[in-house]
Amino acid sequence: MSTTGRRVVITGIGVVAPGSMGREGFWEMITAGRTATRRITFFDPSRFRSQVAAEVDFDGRAQGLTAHEVFRNDRFVQMAMVAADEAVTDSGLGLGSGALDAPDPDRVGVVLGSAVGATMRLENEYVAVSDAGAHWLVDPQYASRFLHHALVPSCGATELAVRFGACGPATVVSTGCTSGIDAVGYGSQLIEDGDADIVIAGASDAPISPISMACFDTIRATTGNNDDPAHAARPFDARRDGFVMGEGSAVLVLEELEHARRRGADVYCEVSGYANRCNAHHMTGLRPDGVEMAEAIRLALDQGRIDADEVGYVNAHGSGTKQNDRHETAAVKLSLGPTAQRVSMSSIKSMIGHSLGAIGSIEIAATALAVQRGVVPPTANYAVPDPECDLDYVPNTAREQKVDVALSVGSGFGGFQSAIVLAHPTRRTP
Amino acid sequence: MTELVVTGIGVVAPTGVGVEAHWSSLVRGEPAIRPIVGFDPAQYGVSLAGQVTDFVPADHVDPRLMVQTDRWTWMSLAAATLAAQDAGYTAPEDAYATSVFLAAGSGGNEFSQHEIQGLWAKGPKSVGAYQSIAWFYAASTGQISIRDGYKGPSGVVVSEGAGGLDSIGWARRVVRRGTPAVLVGGTEAGVTPYALLCQATSGRLSTATAPEDAYKPFDRRASGHVLGEGGAILLVEEPGAARARGVERVWGEVAGHGATHDAHHHADAAPDARQYARAIQLSLADAGITPEDVDLVLADGAGVPELDALELEALQRVFGARSRPVPVTAPSSWTGRLMAGGSALNVATALLAMRDGIVPGTAYLDDPVDAPGLDLVQHSRAQQVETVVVLARGFGGFNSSLVLRRPTEERTS
Repeated sequence: MSTTGRRVVITGIGVVAPGSMGREGFWEMITAGRTATRRITFFDPSRFRSQVAAEVDFDGRAQGLTAHEVFRNDRFVQMAMVAADEAVTDSGLGLGSGALDAPDPDRVGVVLGSAVGATMRLENEYVAVSDAGAHWLVDPQYASRFLHHALVPSCGATELAVRFGACGPATVVSTGCTSGIDAVGYGSQLIEDGDADIVIAGASDAPISPISMACFDTIRATTGNNDDPAHAARPFDARRDGFVMGEGSAVLVLEELEHARRRGADVYCEVSGYANRCNAHHMTGLRPDGVEMAEAIRLALDQGRIDADEVGYVNAHGSGTKQNDRHETAAVKLSLGPTAQRVSMSSIKSMIGHSLGAIGSIEIAATALAVQRGVVPPTANYAVPDPECDLDYVPNTAREQKVDVALSVGSGFGGFQSAIVLAHPTRRTP
Repeated sequence: MTELVVTGIGVVAPTGVGVEAHWSSLVRGEPAIRPIVGFDPAQYGVSLAGQVTDFVPADHVDPRLMVQTDRWTWMSLAAATLAAQDAGYTAPEDAYATSVFLAAGSGGNEFSQHEIQGLWAKGPKSVGAYQSIAWFYAASTGQISIRDGYKGPSGVVVSEGAGGLDSIGWARRVVRRGTPAVLVGGTEAGVTPYALLCQATSGRLSTATAPEDAYKPFDRRASGHVLGEGGAILLVEEPGAARARGVERVWGEVAGHGATHDAHHHADAAPDARQYARAIQLSLADAGITPEDVDLVLADGAGVPELDALELEALQRVFGARSRPVPVTAPSSWTGRLMAGGSALNVATALLAMRDGIVPGTAYLDDPVDAPGLDLVQHSRAQQVETVVVLARGFGGFNSSLVLRRPTEERTS
């Protein structure tokens, strides 16, 4: 709960997601129920068990990055920069513009989430310096000069801070697959606690590389449905057999409510509550009861002084693994009680895959747009109900629905469980 | 109002395993920077590092857990246990009452290099089941939470060398929101071939082959720094909760924190040190103290001449008008820079200095640069320490400053 009475709203959204361009392309795609999953093109996947991914047709130069920015940065940083550009433009704040009415740089923070950082660049460079794994003592002759940037993912927060002249607190959050929710949660806390008025908050991941695919292959977390890539991600469906790897970024502009009001900013929604808990159970396994996720949901609602029956939409983690979707269904029932039976709940991972840490912020972007626009995106590829997953998953077709309060939840390796609550700006606060 | 007190310290560092081993090594002035063992680093232009040579992982980590985790996580698991033991802390009945909020830097380097080598040399099937949980930056936090049954709001922050202090800043937000105990700090294990090569591309590593020439913060012959491994994990608690469980010894209070970013360049520090100074000022204001109240500064001490000069400039901006120069020491000079683990280790060192009234000197500081208004500590000395500022910077422009103070009830003034 905010101890200071300072409230946080979202005033800008930028998205880099598979199968579309920008925030509006993303929204059009997920509300149309279109999928962006396909056979992997980044490398030859034929030796891998899972050969499907949701890739972004991304060209940093075409999206306005300089040749230097592309040269020195991993793909995850490049995508974050492009998403942040769109979010900041959308906010109308003039950050980094040098304009006279631009906000005080000392009051602008950056929180970027990423589960696996510059893994793609680290792998590509590794292949060169080790001669494709031939040498343990890697050869510096073949190393690029920006490997240090790749080693530590905080370079992503630095690029955003430099880009927008943000001199407030900056960090990267790396809590695996809840990174994107936690980054927005931490960003909100910076504003609530009075350490910033504006925070550029979001997440980015670009994990579609051989090492990431191989490590999820081994534990059979990813789908083996290689024959029908466009329909491989099937959250909550009885036929689901694992997640589809994705990539992308979403960045939000978080702003203190009064700061936004004073400048007459358009507000998407309020960030009313955020909480995170751990299951202290297993690095990858989930107990079916969903107790810790339910606890995070309850606490996030409590922070916003919101009753469970006000929740109209749950943007699910819905990764499409057997255990996750069951776990999450139980957690929603446990935390929302009777409301769970009538709430709309969907997983956009059915369309854009699971981009590890990034997806939490992409899902918050989708949830904020759903609240603002009164449309709930569907769960695509849903056909065969699973008795253990018996809620309303908004099958295949978007739904027009006024949403006053929405939840977005996430669950990740390490046992992290996170929940964030977004409320329509006109929702009457008790 | 004090929000946090430090009640437990766990150290796994080049200076020793355990808080007393580390401290006696520092007080005796025994440098822990030596020729790299484990592989031949000659081709990386680097020959020295601060490695933790007396760490026996099996003494601290269950063998079943060892095979699933990297050396970085072994050190975190060991340090977390040492911190809890030091604090007399056992998991309370309410599993949600304890959080793990660590800083990470470069992840599970050695483990990952083995797996990725297997992938490229032999194929995808050679990648083991544990790569997915051993490499990523949240591995140590998750493993501690699972091993010790802590279900509170846990997190991982990455701001390179500033991370250890930032994790304490974030722990305050966790405590404000109702969780009474948080494990903070972090460790690092990047003295491995690929990680060392990555580090070397920063251009900041010293190429010197003799320890006395390699890492000399604030010395006229400073030529870069040396890497180290290890770090520290500390238990911080809400003071009322610590009292309620009958804590006998409080190491110190976390009185203030400030964090800024230079927002200047993707690698180089801002040439005016304004944001670095502002981080220090924010932490002092947060603690409700003035520069006159500070007895000691533990500097970042990058050992790179330009970065050292900027740090001294930041310190002069804040402390330059004092009636007597503020003592400034750089204990990282004894261990090398441990990235996320280094600033956490400096917090431990600061609390030890406070306990014993001893200020450790700066290793190999033979010929200090001019630092008007500052008192660069060359050799360890006896000195009363009530209030300490610990500073850290992260590559790319992260600045962090933490104020530690002797517990209120023990303060004389």
